[in-house]
Amino acid sequence: MSNNCQPNGHTRVNNQPLFHITKRKALPWYYTWGIRGAAIVAALLTCAAVTSLLTGENPLEVFQTIGYGAFGTTRKTWILLQNLAILLCISLAVTPAFKMRFWNIGAEGQVLIGGLATAACMILLGDKVPNAVLIATMVISSIAAGAVWGGIPAFFKAKWNTNETLFTLMMNYVATQLVAFFVIVWEVPKGAGKIGIINQDTMAGWLPQIGDYKYLLNILIVAMLTVAMYVYLNYTKHGYEITVVGESERTARYVGIKVDKVIIRTMLLSGAVCGIAGLLLVGGTDHTITTTIAGGRGFTAVMVSWLAQFNPIVMVLTSFLLVFLDRGAGEISTVFALNHSFGDILTGIILFFIIGSEFFVNYQLNFRKNTGKEGKANV
Amino acid sequence: MKKLFSLALVLLMSLGLFAACGGDDTPANNDVDTKEAVKVGFIFLHDENSTYDLNFMNGVTEAAANLGLAEDQIIMRTNIPEGQECYDAAADLADAGCDIIFADSFGHEDYMIQAAKEFPNVQFCHATGTKAHTEGLDNFHNAFASIYEGRYLAGVAAGMKLNEMIAAGEFTAEEAKMGYVGAFTYAEVISGYTSFYLGAKSVCPTVTMDVTFTGSWYDETAEKEGANKLIENGCKLISQHADSMGAPTACETKGVPNVSYNGSTIGACPNTFIVSSRINWAPYYEYIINCVENGEAIATDWTGTIATNSVVLTDINETVAAAGTADKLAEVKTGLLDGTVHVFDAASFTVDGAALTGYMADVDTDAAYTPDTEVIADGYFHESEFRSAPYFDLQIDGINLLDTRF
Repeated sequence: MSNNCQPNGHTRVNNQPLFHITKRKALPWYYTWGIRGAAIVAALLTCAAVTSLLTGENPLEVFQTIGYGAFGTTRKTWILLQNLAILLCISLAVTPAFKMRFWNIGAEGQVLIGGLATAACMILLGDKVPNAVLIATMVISSIAAGAVWGGIPAFFKAKWNTNETLFTLMMNYVATQLVAFFVIVWEVPKGAGKIGIINQDTMAGWLPQIGDYKYLLNILIVAMLTVAMYVYLNYTKHGYEITVVGESERTARYVGIKVDKVIIRTMLLSGAVCGIAGLLLVGGTDHTITTTIAGGRGFTAVMVSWLAQFNPIVMVLTSFLLVFLDRGAGEISTVFALNHSFGDILTGIILFFIIGSEFFVNYQLNFRKNTGKEGKANV
Repeated sequence: MKKLFSLALVLLMSLGLFAACGGDDTPANNDVDTKEAVKVGFIFLHDENSTYDLNFMNGVTEAAANLGLAEDQIIMRTNIPEGQECYDAAADLADAGCDIIFADSFGHEDYMIQAAKEFPNVQFCHATGTKAHTEGLDNFHNAFASIYEGRYLAGVAAGMKLNEMIAAGEFTAEEAKMGYVGAFTYAEVISGYTSFYLGAKSVCPTVTMDVTFTGSWYDETAEKEGANKLIENGCKLISQHADSMGAPTACETKGVPNVSYNGSTIGACPNTFIVSSRINWAPYYEYIINCVENGEAIATDWTGTIATNSVVLTDINETVAAAGTADKLAEVKTGLLDGTVHVFDAASFTVDGAALTGYMADVDTDAAYTPDTEVIADGYFHESEFRSAPYFDLQIDGINLLDTRF
């Protein structure tokens, strides 16, 4: 974004642009708050207007349906929490890398490869070893696979300063193709291009279910990961090193931090947590592997992490917002017979306003002073 | 912390809007009917933009109209992937009071079985699946149609078009080659292209066919590229078994006749579309709804046929199809109905140069693809009789597979 500086404002009044943008000083909390609140209100009003104009449905009913889709029944609430847990897990994974200003957009591939490792264990060792040994193998191999997938671009970045954005992105495609290859190797029946539920009869390698709650284990694991990641980033030496490297690599070198080591270590961690997400998806819920099992969440996680400004606790809320809107969108398409894309349009509008509100939190618009009055911010 | 607080507020505000909706969870009792109306839930892989899913949805509309179902007796869930989401959607539909839950995609099967075990009082019906006859569940059912008969008829129309082009001197009888874009090397696809080829061969004996696979049920670019490749390799007519408009539009661009699937593509391809075969799902929907209403058991494996009006052809595009196509198709259809014509007549094809006298097919799905059932009797291959989903997976002479990666 170009920062439009004011050149000699008082001598060249006529050439002055209609408005220019300046960075704000820190705002009082209630002001920041007001801007964000106003953004949400504006977003909901826009959604309401778009809904009635395009579909003729009552916008209040549409909002109600979104809420029903997310929380309407106990089951819907559990599904929401499960989806929240997976998205949050992947968001937690990318966060240390982002905080270090390492653009890891390879979470999708790291999750896939973790899932592939899990599936491989379940298929190849399913009836050959005791279940406890099998699950331990799955945990280790999925974490290792994710870590390796994240570690490769980090190694190249640290040694030869390769572009990590391209590298991690390309690793996604490699992972997708690997999964596609193994789906064909393990497909049932022949030629079908899908594996189906692995060990459906023996349940070998399925992560244990806590009581009657299918998704509780996943949710608890991710809750613990969230706290752990918060502590790691904020209260440990590693976390501090990540912050310093992120602020300035040169400063980090100057104070004696081994930047290469931090980059590789952080990406191993990032990939490992993605590997856990793959484990939870394949071993915990889906019990299969497909090329689309991550479902774009590796990229959505980038937004979750950024919206929360890399704070793991806030990420609970940002990922909740996205999952809530997604579950609601599904319900809208069912109840109103609207295409799923309509829900996506509403989600897009709401995100646009939320992300846009950050602009007004950090910058203000100054209008041309014709009357000598003070320029005021326009929200 | 400020950020946290503001987000919490945001969420509270949005939640506040939905607070009002908690009250009406319990379905209102319909006191007009003494018998409670049957409720049916549908799970679709994509939405109406996929020709495959659209064909199922059109069936729902037709069945609902025929049976006079009210709007609240039908719940449709679209864009449900072939994973845990399918189980979640099925369980959610069961919660919503559905008596029957139907899923349309092959990869949904295992998740439907999972849900069927959990909800024994709900009937789970799955199209294109293979496991119902071995799973031993009272409430899990497979359904398909003898679409190979429809493909055969479409093949006859293709063969007549080739004959017309040969007679017009466009190419010689020896150059009569068709192209086919398939999704996977799966039995359903193999059965489909083989029956199509045999239909064409029944009227144009010199015909050969090239087949290419895309490795996806829906990949518009790959299907278009596949069709283009076949046309460049000298194929005079194209058909396909994949769900996008890729192949038909490639044919329209190059002016090559096309036999379509799932529904008519005449709107986009007025100058090349000949005819399309499709499965009409309305009879099956009506059957399962009637079964549940009358308290009867649903067949474990249901195969729709031409006789049940499950296998149908769209209107013929008279401007492209060869003269007399409609009459010929009516004649062959009568033959299929009265049993004088068999699509996989062992006398009409050879495998590695020899006629087939016996073949063990993999009818009971297992990870090792074990052949388990003798399917040749009375001189023909008994397709879709031992289970509804096709299991014809032989590579017959005259069909040349360009790639078998998938």
